[in-house]
Amino acid sequence: MPPKPLDYESINENVKKAQYAVRGELYLRATELQKEGKKIIFTNVGNPHALGQKPLTFPRQVVALCQAPFLLDDPNVGLLFPADAIARAKQYLSITSGGLGAYSDSRGIPGVRKEVAEFIQRRDGYPRYISSPYSLFFLTLHCVNLFKRVLSLVSNLLDKVINYFILYFSDPELIYLTDGASKAVMQTLNTIIKGEGDGIMVPVPQYPLYSATIALLGGTLVPYYLEETANWGLDTNELRKSITEGRRKGLNVKAMVIINPGNPTGQCLSAENLREVLQFCYDENLVLLGDEVYQTNIYQDERPFISSKKVLMDIGPPLSKEVQLVSFHSVSKGFLGECGQRGGYFEMTNIPPETVDEIYKVASISLSPNVPAQIFMGLMVNPPKPGDISYDQFFRESKGILESLRRRARIMTDGFNSCRNVVCNFTEGAMYSFPQVRLPPKALEAAKQAGKVADVFYCLKLLEATGISTVPGSGFGQKDGVFHLRTTILPAEEEMPAIMDSFKKFNDEFMEQYEDHRGYSRL
Amino acid sequence: MRKSAADRFRHLFNRSLIFVRNQQNQQHHRLSPIPLSSSPFSSMASDSPFPVTAQNINPQVLKCQYAVRGEIVTLAQNLQKDLQANPGAHSFDEIIYCNIGNPQSLGQQPITFFREVLALCDYPALLDKSETQGLFSADSIERAWQIVDQIPGRATGAYSHSQGIQGLRDTIAAGIGERDGFPCNADDIFLTDGASPAVHMMMQLLTRSEKDGILCPIPQYPLYSASITLHGGHLVPYYLDEATGWGLEISELKKQLEDAKSKGINVRALVVINPGNPTGQVLAEENQRAIVEFCKKEGLVLLADEVYQENVYVPEKKFHSFKKVSRSMGYGDNDLCLVSFQSVSKGYHGECGKRGGYMEVTGFSPDVREQIYKVASVNLCSNITGQILASLIMSPPKVGDESYESFMAEKNAILSSLTKRAKSLEEALNKLEGVTCNKAEGAMYLFPRIRLPEKAIKAAEAEKTAPDAFYCKRLLNATGIVVVPGSGFGQVPGTWHFRCTILPQEDRIPAIVTRLTEFHEKFMNEFRD
Repeated sequence: MPPKPLDYESINENVKKAQYAVRGELYLRATELQKEGKKIIFTNVGNPHALGQKPLTFPRQVVALCQAPFLLDDPNVGLLFPADAIARAKQYLSITSGGLGAYSDSRGIPGVRKEVAEFIQRRDGYPRYISSPYSLFFLTLHCVNLFKRVLSLVSNLLDKVINYFILYFSDPELIYLTDGASKAVMQTLNTIIKGEGDGIMVPVPQYPLYSATIALLGGTLVPYYLEETANWGLDTNELRKSITEGRRKGLNVKAMVIINPGNPTGQCLSAENLREVLQFCYDENLVLLGDEVYQTNIYQDERPFISSKKVLMDIGPPLSKEVQLVSFHSVSKGFLGECGQRGGYFEMTNIPPETVDEIYKVASISLSPNVPAQIFMGLMVNPPKPGDISYDQFFRESKGILESLRRRARIMTDGFNSCRNVVCNFTEGAMYSFPQVRLPPKALEAAKQAGKVADVFYCLKLLEATGISTVPGSGFGQKDGVFHLRTTILPAEEEMPAIMDSFKKFNDEFMEQYEDHRGYSRL
Repeated sequence: MRKSAADRFRHLFNRSLIFVRNQQNQQHHRLSPIPLSSSPFSSMASDSPFPVTAQNINPQVLKCQYAVRGEIVTLAQNLQKDLQANPGAHSFDEIIYCNIGNPQSLGQQPITFFREVLALCDYPALLDKSETQGLFSADSIERAWQIVDQIPGRATGAYSHSQGIQGLRDTIAAGIGERDGFPCNADDIFLTDGASPAVHMMMQLLTRSEKDGILCPIPQYPLYSASITLHGGHLVPYYLDEATGWGLEISELKKQLEDAKSKGINVRALVVINPGNPTGQVLAEENQRAIVEFCKKEGLVLLADEVYQENVYVPEKKFHSFKKVSRSMGYGDNDLCLVSFQSVSKGYHGECGKRGGYMEVTGFSPDVREQIYKVASVNLCSNITGQILASLIMSPPKVGDESYESFMAEKNAILSSLTKRAKSLEEALNKLEGVTCNKAEGAMYLFPRIRLPEKAIKAAEAEKTAPDAFYCKRLLNATGIVVVPGSGFGQVPGTWHFRCTILPQEDRIPAIVTRLTEFHEKFMNEFRD
């Protein structure tokens, strides 16, 4: 009998190579335990609603109304829905072609993309948005082109003047809505990666979406290490070292990923740091992929979120016109936390139109992103405004979530730092705590005997003892010989002290069992 | 106003200058800046050093083609903009999109019961309010409760299990069991964002290099050619026989398989689209048995695209799933690798925008299934609304439920109207000079063959376009009707077709027929040899 096409030996090697720890061994064991009736606290995925966070009322009302448009004609609809939700639903239905049940434009509903563009402008403080007169615009360009010989005489002189104006607007045509940011990252990397000769620089520790996608697409991951002792700082010397190393191996290093705020590491990048990164990308000719899905999850005031795009535009030419940037955002994070909707977008800056066309073509093969999530995206970037009926409630709900997350970030960091042989940087942003656990040699030995990576061993023990389902640091990448785990900061605030107590108790017992005072895995 | 106009002008002027400067720089420096995005007349230096240019991106991305949303649609969109800007500029006042199976964009109403349940799940707070009883049917409220309770923590906004919510998969498995009369295991179900990502996932799994081939019908739905190209595989064509109503001949499969093998291609799977897209045929059970036998004998994975299973329009044909056919032949998990794709986008419900679907995978070893799960998990999960809807279409209201009668009335009205539309369009097409069109036994499309006069073919050549694309563009420009040229689906060389959906609302069909007929007459008058 010949080997069957789907026998394990004969499937795509890249599929086998890909690893995705967030839903790996630990998670599977946790689901098993849950089936057996054990109470599991899932802190493995940034999945707020699964841990009791309530969806914001207003977006859910609007989407429900779009879902059941016949309600809009019912005289009693006002008993269940506020007027602004009704108005908003009508407005969304008017900009779709066939409501939530029709494929949209493969790039997303134009009206929602416009809302996203306006959001980006408000966020970044570049209000010079031109909404429609592109045709006029290009006509003018064309005329100017004809006269360019004449103009070239004065253009040199005018160059300096022009450089003075930072010309920037966010263009809905360069914003594509997707089924979540993960799809957006996959689409972008698929466009970039030709084969294993192509390298993508990725921070380590990283969110394993990157390593998994690069493996699936047959590219090569070029790691750069974040500095744990500098609160997971991103150091340009390390970037240089990393790219040199990649090139030494013969790789064509084409892109660099930053995750800001960091996942799993929680650091927020400063404007200064982002400037260095952009300069580096310019010098080294890299596309910058800016994963900014946690941009509203900020838990300190010293380093507010700054988008890569804003920094790029602040720098001005030549960088602002040359560095190729793709930024990602999602409805799954922030205070919305609507993971199950699968909504996201990516914005392209300085990508040539021919490439944009190719990306459009590939998007069109999947027909369109799901429409309900596009509406959620619109609602996220364009929430109720002061004076709207739902504004107070929306504001109260979203503020409540963010303030509670801020407190939880603190409780968790402090909790970990109070444990024996555990050190943890403060979660400045995002949704995760990433403590380092210094494992005694005896524990390393025991892990080896069990055929497990040491941090997997530790996390499995933690799961069995406490029901806390975490992800071992090895799933994200870490320096040799150091061990971490990632937890989300999402368990309900009132449960947090108990969770930290049970962690501490477990850790104490673990250390008691394995410590023999000879030394530790190094810090 | 004045100020903003001035701003705008300054902006335009500045950008123009930058553009000019860019052009100059390109002439002088290798390290030229990229032309501003969106510029329609930017010229990329072929040796551009930038990491992402159309010259150096993934060649598989460049190679793949997807005609359903290709050139002709862009043309249509431009025409539509033009119509909005200058009404009366054309001999028609609207664009009729017959290029894509997107029923609700053409006015088909959603099924009320499904939407009631979805709205309640989207905003579960409604379930606790007494006013809800007045606005929603009792069984939709009950169903929404059931579904919300099936979701761990009742969290409708959370990522689910990467295969989909367990309770919903149970419902789907029960629905499949009922449909086939053979049991289905919920662990075999992978919920996906529409059927397309499921097809991609299988192509990714199967394709290791360009030496790996997938047998695909010609004409085919271009999702297959595009996804095979994107994953770097090789499409091995087999031709459907137009003369026998797009029949699928086993002898043709054998011939093509042998031919591919002799070229050193390792054929791994057979794609069957039943009911056919774009060809509309519904396979006879006999034929399906032979296909199953062929796959088993040759060790091929059977990829069964069954998204049109509810769309059958002729009384003499019935849809049979390949799962049912293979099980009724006595073949189980160890005999055949079978993947069946289903979608919420088609059928009578036509919920394209929800991106819901599933694949049922049987005959796979546990370690391969683990790999599928892993790939699914990288994307976390498919959207929950789509998951819920997939469970609803596999377990619609039953006799005795409050919504049963209105549900059946809605469903039957849509299906019988589609039957009528298919018939009147087919008849109209067959009346046209040089056009023959097989019956749409199922699915949502007609795929007429047009015998183009030599003169038309010459004219197309002069325009450097395929003759069928030439015809379709002419049709669009003259009537506003958007159809897809047959070359986007593949066809026997030297024959020309186009695909037209049967989805415009029934009252629109006569006008479409008239416009189409008039256009065709004029076209033939212009080009007749």
